[in-house]
This record gives sequence, structure tokens and C-alpha cells, in this order.
Amino acid sequence: MSRRILVGCKRVIDYAVKIRVKPDKTGVVTEGVKHSMNPFDEIALEEAIRLKEKKIASEIVVVSCGPSQCQETLRTALAMGADRGIHVEVPNPEYEGLQPLAVARILQRLSEREKIDIVILGKQAIDDDCNQTGQILSGMLDWPIGTFVSKVEVEGERINLTREIDGGLEEISVGIPCVITADLRLNEPRYATLPNIMKAKKKKLDVCKPGDLGVDITPRLIVVSVEEPPVREAGVKVEDAQSLFDVLKKEGHFN
Amino acid sequence: HSTLLCVEHENGQVNPSTGHTLSASQKIGGEIFCLVAGHGCNEVNIVANTVSKFIGISKVLVASSKIFKHPLVEPYTNLIVSLQKQYNFSHISMSASSFGKAVIPRVAGKLNVAPISEITGIMSPETYVRTVYASNAILTITSTDALKLFTVRSTAFPTSLQQDNCASVDRIESIDQTTMSEWKCHSLSLSNRPQLSSAKIVISGGRGLKSGDNFNILYKLAGKMGAAVGASRAAVDAGFVSNELQVGQTGKIVAPQLYIAVGISGAIQHLAGMKDSKTIVAINKDPDAPIFQVADYGLVADLFRAIPELIICFEK
Repeated sequence: MSRRILVGCKRVIDYAVKIRVKPDKTGVVTEGVKHSMNPFDEIALEEAIRLKEKKIASEIVVVSCGPSQCQETLRTALAMGADRGIHVEVPNPEYEGLQPLAVARILQRLSEREKIDIVILGKQAIDDDCNQTGQILSGMLDWPIGTFVSKVEVEGERINLTREIDGGLEEISVGIPCVITADLRLNEPRYATLPNIMKAKKKKLDVCKPGDLGVDITPRLIVVSVEEPPVREAGVKVEDAQSLFDVLKKEGHFN
Repeated sequence: HSTLLCVEHENGQVNPSTGHTLSASQKIGGEIFCLVAGHGCNEVNIVANTVSKFIGISKVLVASSKIFKHPLVEPYTNLIVSLQKQYNFSHISMSASSFGKAVIPRVAGKLNVAPISEITGIMSPETYVRTVYASNAILTITSTDALKLFTVRSTAFPTSLQQDNCASVDRIESIDQTTMSEWKCHSLSLSNRPQLSSAKIVISGGRGLKSGDNFNILYKLAGKMGAAVGASRAAVDAGFVSNELQVGQTGKIVAPQLYIAVGISGAIQHLAGMKDSKTIVAINKDPDAPIFQVADYGLVADLFRAIPELIICFEK
């Protein structure tokens, strides 16, 4: 099968970093902070690689939008097993205003240009926590979508998807082309091996700008402020279970 | 202003999230239209009738078709888009449920609008508050789009389901019947305990529980307290319990009156899911666990002793 998969790889502040809000309340401190690939995008990429290993797809194209450091994220993706990368260059400070609507438009244009059959994205980025890009893209392309997916099974021209929903699990079937967004339990992403990291340096990585794709990235949502959440004060320690029971009962939590 | 509120319902019952989405939508001002889509005239009419009595609703729009029998994103999106073309609403709101999160951004893609996810506050009809970085920063943004599309975090708004109203109910006749995806089945975790997202008390277990079987002591305590049971991502990843119990940045956001964290260290992403709870209790044998920094009441103890002791307190 000569199916082609597009995977989005967002470069985000590493999940283990404790973020700091800038004193002028315009955003969070990103300079000198460790960044890595959005964890849900790693899961999306792993699933694409597995589909290629099962010969369901023949090529995996990875895309990252942002400043030049996104190329490091793409090299990681190529080392994991993607075939080629596209860096859509959006330097700072424009990048700070790059929002899911514009990213989805970029991915729409690339999906059309690259003749993509399946787009797999992470369900959300752990920086803006928007949980939107895949859904917006599916609307723009008018393709079916499976969000919060924890299992992918391809059967001929259809894909059976298991989805994480509020009350449990749901199964749907979608045709190809389609958009899939990866949830946490879809798979466990592999690590790039040293030989593959070396090989990835030779893989093709194209660079373009949103304007080359005819996409206007002017933000529709204007940031008014970014603030620290109210700090919760540590309370008191209680001696034992009985004291805990007594204090909660006194507060009226149960009769 | 006029807002379209997309109502979710199950078995003829309006989902509790509707009350929270309604009180958020009321902050916009202007008329509120409610969309009720489903299958089977009887069930849809029952829901529409209930919704028409909620205070603050101007009109209920009802769509009945077999394509709405199950929650499929594509036909529901098309329905909203066609209503938007007809009514030209200024706002469209939906709960930040798994269905709302899937639908609203797809509508946004069709209408070329930047959606606003999981709002926690409304400053004006254009300006919204939401959390980013796992609730470690609070973002206030102003939308420059003519249409505002947003999903509502239930825990951030009070519920408003008072019934003293009589809104008109209009039937939507022409419904696009094309489907792109096919609903196969679902497996829902049924229990007679309160729902995690609406319970007044939540007891969550973490890696400290050591096994899925050990969660039984939490269920027993929850039974005594009328509480829902949740879990940390570590407990879900370890396979102790299923994912729908997960409280945290990538799981459910809860804000009950009382949250009891048992054997949970307190990772940032877990705190994101529960730190708006009114009272937080932590039970952990490690006195340095970060969970104690947000707990109103901390008990440094072995949970396998403390939980049975608590159960005995209820039995006395």
C-alpha cells in the first residue's frame, strides 16, 4: 500500500519543567528552558511507525511549525522512524501568536500538497492544552475524525478506532482519508537508537514558510494576560484517622 | 447577542454538565437557544420539554434523526454549521465533555473561527479565561472573531437548572443525512456510585495502592461516604484501574467539596485535575510528598492502616 501518513510534532517545554510566568504577564519563560517533542505527538508518531511496519503505510511525513529549533524535534522524529520532515518556519515573536486554527490550515495545505491519506496528531499539546488542532483540521479537510484514540486497527479501506470517552470506551469505524488524534494509552513510543540518530541526519528536511502555503497566521485570539494561579497554602497535619474523621465531620462533609 | 447551547443527554436525561454550560452562557447576555439532537421522537421530546423549562432559555431547537442515535462528530457538526448559517448566532457553547471537545473545534474548522477550549471564566462577551500548562498558568484572551465558539469546564461555573420557564420548541426539518464514520459500540463503566465529574466527595488512589485489588478498600470507604472513586495517572499507567477514573491534566478535571488523595505523591499533572477542590485531604506515608503542599489536612500514615481505621470511624 502506498499510503502516506502525516504526523504533527510540536516542540513544547518539557513536561518535567516547572514553568514560570513572566513578570510582565505576557507569557511564560521559554528562554533557557528544556524543550522536547509534545508527548502525545510522540505517541502519534509511534502509531504511524507501527502502521508502516505493518505495511499499511509506505511513507511518514513529519511536520513542525515554529522557530529554527523545531528542526531538532523533527530530527528526533526522523530518528524514531519518520521518512522525511517539513519545517514550517515561524520565528519568534510571531510564533508566540501561532494558534491551532493557523496550524490546522498549514496542515490542511500540506495534506493536500503531499497527498496524505491519514493524519495522526497528539490529542493535545501540553503547553496550550487546547485539544483542537486535529478536530479543526478534520473540519477544514472534511475528513472523518477519531479523537482520543487508544487503539487503531486497519481493515481494508476502513479503520476501526477505540476512543477514550467520559464514561469508558467507544468504538467507531472511519474511512480513509481521515484524521486521528492519539490518547495516552495508544502505545508506548520507542526511543531513537544511536545508529538511527546518525541515519536521521541524512534524511530529507524541507523548510518553508506559512506564506509559501498561502496561510495567514495572524492570531484571532489576543492575549490579555498570563498569570500565576492562586497558590494553595499547605494546611495542617492531623494525628490519625480518627482526628481526620472528626475534623471532616465537623466541617459538615458527612453526617 | 444570541448563544446556541448544545445540550448533551442520555436515556432521556439531560446531562448535569448542561446546568454549568447554561450558567456560563448566561454570562454572555442576550438570548439562549438550546440544541437537542437525538433519535426517537419520544426521547428527544422528553429532553426538549425538560430543557424548555430551564430559566434563561429563549427557544429549543430539536433535531430527530437516526444519524443522531449515537454521538458521532461529523453529522452533529454539520447540524450546528447549518443552524449557524440560518440563525447567525454570536456564540456557540458546549460542555468540555469528550463529545464537546471533539465537536466544537471541528465546527471551528468548518467556519474558520478560532475556538476557545475549556473556559473557566467569562470577563465579557469577547474575553475569556482558561488554564494552560496543566493549570500552572491562567490565560485571559480576547477573541477577534465575529462568532465565538467555546467549551465550558463544568467545575468552574455553578449549575443553573431551575425550572420556571416555557420556551418554545422548534423542530428542525431538513437534516443532512450523510455520515462519514460509523458508530460500532461502547463499553461504559456502570456503577451505582456517584459520577466522578459531579460527585461532592472524590477519593482517589495512586501508585501507593500497589494493585488494582487494593482499590477495593477505597471503594468500601467511598461507599460509606457517598463518594466517587478516582485515580492518579500513575495508578492508571500501572494498570490498577481503567482510564476513565484518571484525574489530572490528561484525565478528568474535578472540583468536589472534598477530595481525598490516597497514596498519591502529587505530580503537577495530577494537581491540575483536582486543585480547585474546596477541601483537599492527603493520606501518604511519605511526609515529603508534594501533595501535602496543597492539602488542607494531611495524614502521614500507611494507607493500609489509615483507610480501614477511617472505615471503622463510619461504622461506630
